[in-house]
Amino acid sequence: MYFLKRILFLVPLLVLISFLAFVLVHALPGGPFDRERAPASPDIERHLLAKYHLDEPILKQYGRYLNGLLHGDFGPSMKYRNHSVSDIIAAGLPVSLSLGALAFCFAMGVGLPLGFFTAVHKGHWQDYLGSLAAAVGICVPSLVLGPLLIMLLAIKWRWFPVALWASPWHAVLPTLTLGLYFAGRVARLMHEGMLATLHSEFITTARAKGLSETSILLKHAFRLAVLPVLSYSGPMLADLLTGTFVVENLFQIPGLGVFTVNSSLNADYTMVVGLVLLYAVLLLVLNLAVDFTHCLLDPRVRYD
Amino acid sequence: MTELLHLSPNQRAWRRFRRNRGAAAALLVLLGLMALVLLWPLCGLAPAAALLPKAMTHAPNTLSDEPFAPPGWEHWCGTDAHGRDLLSRVCHGARISLLVGLVGAAVSLVIGVLWGAVAGYGGGKWDSVMMRCVDVLYAMPAVVFVIVLVTAINARLEKWQAGPHGLSEEKAHWLHMAGLFVGLGAVSWLTMARIVRGQVLSLRRRPFIDASRVLGASHARILWRHILPNVYGVIIVYLTLMIPAIILYESFLSYLGLGIQPPQASLGSLMASGAAQINPIRIYWWLIVFPGAVLALTLLALTFVGDGLRDAFDPQAD
Repeated sequence: MYFLKRILFLVPLLVLISFLAFVLVHALPGGPFDRERAPASPDIERHLLAKYHLDEPILKQYGRYLNGLLHGDFGPSMKYRNHSVSDIIAAGLPVSLSLGALAFCFAMGVGLPLGFFTAVHKGHWQDYLGSLAAAVGICVPSLVLGPLLIMLLAIKWRWFPVALWASPWHAVLPTLTLGLYFAGRVARLMHEGMLATLHSEFITTARAKGLSETSILLKHAFRLAVLPVLSYSGPMLADLLTGTFVVENLFQIPGLGVFTVNSSLNADYTMVVGLVLLYAVLLLVLNLAVDFTHCLLDPRVRYD
Repeated sequence: MTELLHLSPNQRAWRRFRRNRGAAAALLVLLGLMALVLLWPLCGLAPAAALLPKAMTHAPNTLSDEPFAPPGWEHWCGTDAHGRDLLSRVCHGARISLLVGLVGAAVSLVIGVLWGAVAGYGGGKWDSVMMRCVDVLYAMPAVVFVIVLVTAINARLEKWQAGPHGLSEEKAHWLHMAGLFVGLGAVSWLTMARIVRGQVLSLRRRPFIDASRVLGASHARILWRHILPNVYGVIIVYLTLMIPAIILYESFLSYLGLGIQPPQASLGSLMASGAAQINPIRIYWWLIVFPGAVLALTLLALTFVGDGLRDAFDPQAD
């Protein structure tokens, strides 16, 4: 019942977000056509504005946009003429999705075992070394890691291609660059979740019952300890899947992150609102899924 | 335990922090870095310059005719594309990055704490309206938000500068930086607001708040004198963790060309210009390695100090 209500609540929330984004981009100085050659005559400029309905009051423009959305139309891009926003998203989203999914798998694959391992060995050198590794992962930004990897592994030793998005081989460096930060975050969350869980009473009970340590850690503790990671994975996936500018720009990958930044810089109104909506839908739906899974994993959690 | 009872909670937290060797070492590294970065310009002054090796006395913006010199005696960290000494530029950049981090975090602190405290203290309808605003802002990509905000602020400044009371170059530069602070602070206050609101919500029903209300204290006084001091610990912890996040944000903006404007530099803009020089023929590794190492070291030290503070302020620690 609670989840039904939340799903129904999504629609007005999305309308509100689209309106906010619409107002926000219209607050940008200048318009989408400012950076181009000056129009030959004021007449041409007026026609251009009229073609995209930019001469109408903003509320009317928004109404027109919303009406288009209802029919599944995100409108035309104002910077990349002859392309609609839906076309550009359809072209860029698969690339960003696959890169994001790879980075997500990397982050989980490295972060979960690392956090688990360091928590189990709390206070020993394995803990210090592993926790330091996780902290380094968080503190080496992709802006530093990407160029380093390109210089060493791609240019100097020629193990991997420098850039572009073609074979699985091309995906290795971007995945590492993008995923390392999130791997560090996941490891730290897992570490703390595990420590908190190991202190709780049901673990003592399990020990008193004489269960084996492996069974206690993997079957009983892990299930609850993973919950903080689970809550974080919603926003993390939304960030990863909609593309990230630095990595896409460094490796010349044709994903959505580059479009997100460029369209905000160029005041490409429809494009920005479309991408904001895409992100918001992903985030809200993922958070819903996360909360639902939370309910399944932890019997103590009740929403009503 | 008994000998600790005469100490206030904050004093006890400070004791716990000092006993945490990792965090204390990180604090020392951080202070050392700050001292180095702040005192570095003094090396270029006449009385000091005569005593020190020549490599320590370069100014960050002096051009020379040896671009891309590798690290050596003359330039310990090499030179960049315009022949400027990289060591002095990294020091200059680290100073700006730390400044941006501190002030940006302070701006987001003020917004976040005010918003969260008012929402939590007001409760009921106020609370739900204000926190729904935070939810909506959470669901928007921060990248778009920060770009729009910073470009809008910059355009306003340019108009101002071109206006009748034309600003001097110096003043315009500082205003641009102030705009950056506000922009960065304005996109990163959401988590702080949520945390403070949660704390205030639980404090507001306590008997000592009722007591001061009965004694006739105004709402402002209750918030300022009785509620906020109880939230200090949480605020300090998140402030320390916010600074690295804002330094990272600034480096991202610098990568886009929206951050610190040349010839000024931040660690992020140094990284960005180093990344722009990557080519398959010659490898200028020092342009990446030195700013990157200082950036990573700064972030690491801040993160460890933040973690140490969090453990020290943990109410269950004793």
